[in-house]
Amino acid sequence: MKLKIQYIIAIISIIFASCEYDNYDEPDTFLKGRIVYQGEPINVSYNDVYFQLIEPGWQLTYPINVAIDQDGSYSALLFKADYKLVLPDGQGPYKSLLNAESNSDSLDINLSGTTEFDIEVLPYYMVKNTGFSVSGKTVTSTFGLDKIITGDDAKDVERVNLYISKTAFVDTRTSVSTAEIGGGDIADLNSISMSTDIPDLVPTQNYVFARVGVKIAGVEDMLFSDIQKIEF
Amino acid sequence: MKKYLIALIFMMSLTVACEDDFLDREPTNILLDDQVWSDGGLVLSVLADLYNRYYDFQQLENWSGFAEFDEAFASQFGQYWRHQFQDYGYDAWGVWDYNYIRDLNLFIQQGEQTTELDESSRVRFLAEARFLRAALYFEHVKRMGGVPLILEPLEYDFSGDPTYLQYPRSKEHEVYDFVISELEAIKNDLPNNADIKSRATTGLALAMKSRAALYAGSIAKYGATTPEVSTSGGEVGIPASMADGYYQIALAAAQELINSGTYALYNKKDDLEENFASIFLDKDANPETIFVKDYKEKGRTHGFTIEVIPRSLREENIAGGNLNPSLNLVQSFEYLDNTFGEIETMDGDGNYIYYDDPAEAFAGRDARLGGTIIYPGTTYRGKDVDIWAGYILEDGSTISSDQLGGQATLPGKSVSEQVVGFDGPIDQLESSAQAGFYVRKYNDTDVGSGQRGTGSDVAWIRYRYAEVLLNAAEAAYELGQTDVALPYINAVRQRAGFTTDLTAADLDFDRIAHERKVELAFEGHTLFDMKRWRLAHKVWDGSYAELTNNPGDADAVSTRVYGLWPYKVYDPGNPNDGKWIFKEVLPSVVNSAHRFRLGNYYSFINDGIRNANPKIVRNPNQ
Repeated sequence: MKLKIQYIIAIISIIFASCEYDNYDEPDTFLKGRIVYQGEPINVSYNDVYFQLIEPGWQLTYPINVAIDQDGSYSALLFKADYKLVLPDGQGPYKSLLNAESNSDSLDINLSGTTEFDIEVLPYYMVKNTGFSVSGKTVTSTFGLDKIITGDDAKDVERVNLYISKTAFVDTRTSVSTAEIGGGDIADLNSISMSTDIPDLVPTQNYVFARVGVKIAGVEDMLFSDIQKIEF
Repeated sequence: MKKYLIALIFMMSLTVACEDDFLDREPTNILLDDQVWSDGGLVLSVLADLYNRYYDFQQLENWSGFAEFDEAFASQFGQYWRHQFQDYGYDAWGVWDYNYIRDLNLFIQQGEQTTELDESSRVRFLAEARFLRAALYFEHVKRMGGVPLILEPLEYDFSGDPTYLQYPRSKEHEVYDFVISELEAIKNDLPNNADIKSRATTGLALAMKSRAALYAGSIAKYGATTPEVSTSGGEVGIPASMADGYYQIALAAAQELINSGTYALYNKKDDLEENFASIFLDKDANPETIFVKDYKEKGRTHGFTIEVIPRSLREENIAGGNLNPSLNLVQSFEYLDNTFGEIETMDGDGNYIYYDDPAEAFAGRDARLGGTIIYPGTTYRGKDVDIWAGYILEDGSTISSDQLGGQATLPGKSVSEQVVGFDGPIDQLESSAQAGFYVRKYNDTDVGSGQRGTGSDVAWIRYRYAEVLLNAAEAAYELGQTDVALPYINAVRQRAGFTTDLTAADLDFDRIAHERKVELAFEGHTLFDMKRWRLAHKVWDGSYAELTNNPGDADAVSTRVYGLWPYKVYDPGNPNDGKWIFKEVLPSVVNSAHRFRLGNYYSFINDGIRNANPKIVRNPNQ
């Protein structure tokens, strides 16, 4: 009987001993950076905007979707390889630039080690001079909009919103209090002011996060300002 | 030696080849094409399989699908996720079934070639297969936009180069045009007989034609409001200039069916609620149904009633009470004077309104409310449903229990008594009416239909006459022919108990959208209606908005399902003691708001399909 148990233990230990031969190394190379216009990051909403990396040379192509964070940054952990970076149509409040080298809107990326790479794009607008102030429980934001794309491709502002959120994720999905101005009601794009009241928060907290968002007519993804933490 | 010689000859005789077709044998386990096509009964069997593969979006065999949007709450643990996610996936609602298309094309090809069948049945079989193919392309274009129109079986030549089999996507309007022209072409080959419900008829061809043309027309018209939802090649999006043409086709097809007099609104019962509920239960010469997926007792049944029967009246020791219509839907049913309004719970000063009977809160409304929904204070199968959340005391506190029909001792009493209904609602308790309501539409009243062993034989209605009337009304309205539209929409409303007809001044888009919402709730229309009107991204916008106070507003935000809970007042000595109040609640399971993104208008075409055929372009905004 004793012998049998020893056998059993031996067999079990063989079963549970894994081998490592068939695994190759996990991806270990970072591609990081931001979506920028002239060096300034473009703020977007979380989980909404992405770009694609395609590794050419395989028979079938399955793109890697890389999400862009609220502050315009991204990071992807990848295998070392050559990639093509594509900004799909309809993603983000911007247009992709024509790449002079490849004469297309895709970018070639040679990933041989951790790389910082800022993707230059052409946004419809940029939010500038953003300021937030709070008095009592009223949050006021003043900001301006720079119209970047003019001419035939220009698009109007559909509306601007001020969002207040309990967490650092700030957009229409998480907002607890929202102010809105329609695009037609904006007198001066260079100086817009809007305010909203902070509601009673459950559980109580003495800070909120705020930012302004711009909905551009005919573009799904909104453009945002930086996120500001406001204590009151 | 001679012995060896004989043996050798004998062995050689074994290796002598026999006739040519020694290996060419008839299979014994399948029937070959020419065998099938020599017998009408066998062809019908093949056709039955093709009918059986017809696509439904929401249907009776998947009750939880009805809780996908804002019409209902899914009161079952395994389905709570339906209220706990934010974004609808881009791949949701997709279909890409070229196997089915190929089978239909093969059937049509053989039907055209065969000489064995008598001509009348051959023509009918062919028309039915072409109907199914049109229906399938309609299903594809609704969900995916334009798809490659393959109208004959494709064969691979094994040359190693499949590019000649790679077809690009057709334009969206080309697929609609194909569907419309096919239905027009076959309508006279089909029997014009209202008693045929589960096979294609002339009436069905017209009904589908009016629906398809209406969809195409509204995509053309309302697609202009979302120019992002289009592709440069027209695979997605229909030019706005084509809208009127499609509306005219939709109106003409609907009128052809209406004027033929083949079908009529169901009006067999005097009680209007009972009458409306019976449309979906009565299979005995029902004049309203045009096309159904039928079920048969002791044959093929479904478990819808098992899942949705009120919990206290269930016939099984499992399930029941799973589908709870939402307050969002319930408050959409109008008052009988053609006005909209919430279910009144508070007066202007913020005090509760006291009702003698919980059913009073729902009185004076559209009979379709009671015909679609089981609300507190009503009966099901002649028995009272027991929906009440507990007692409310003078100070506003409530006494309830965490078990169905649970007991507690009220203040000032010494004996414990029942303090919550046997149907709930109890928050987070499966099968209890967590939204305060149960569903009556399609809920079978035959005893035994709620048992696993028997099941329900209620038919799933894919096309019915009331929808055709509403198609006609909408198409006429969009063409500016309000006077043509009014009799159609009013006919549907009169059946629901409205005595004052809508006038030309009343009729607007919101009315049309609203009428479809209440008439066709739980019939698989919601998603496609919201998509073609380009309202989906406005109504399901992902924001945590409160329930609208204006249920007649077609683009009011409705991202979460709300409930309405009745409480019994316990306040001895007060005149309100024993009366009822209502509280509007958000079930605690509902912790996320649904968001429909622009990329959801047309489902994702997966990478595998596009790898196999690089000519397929992506759908926009994904």
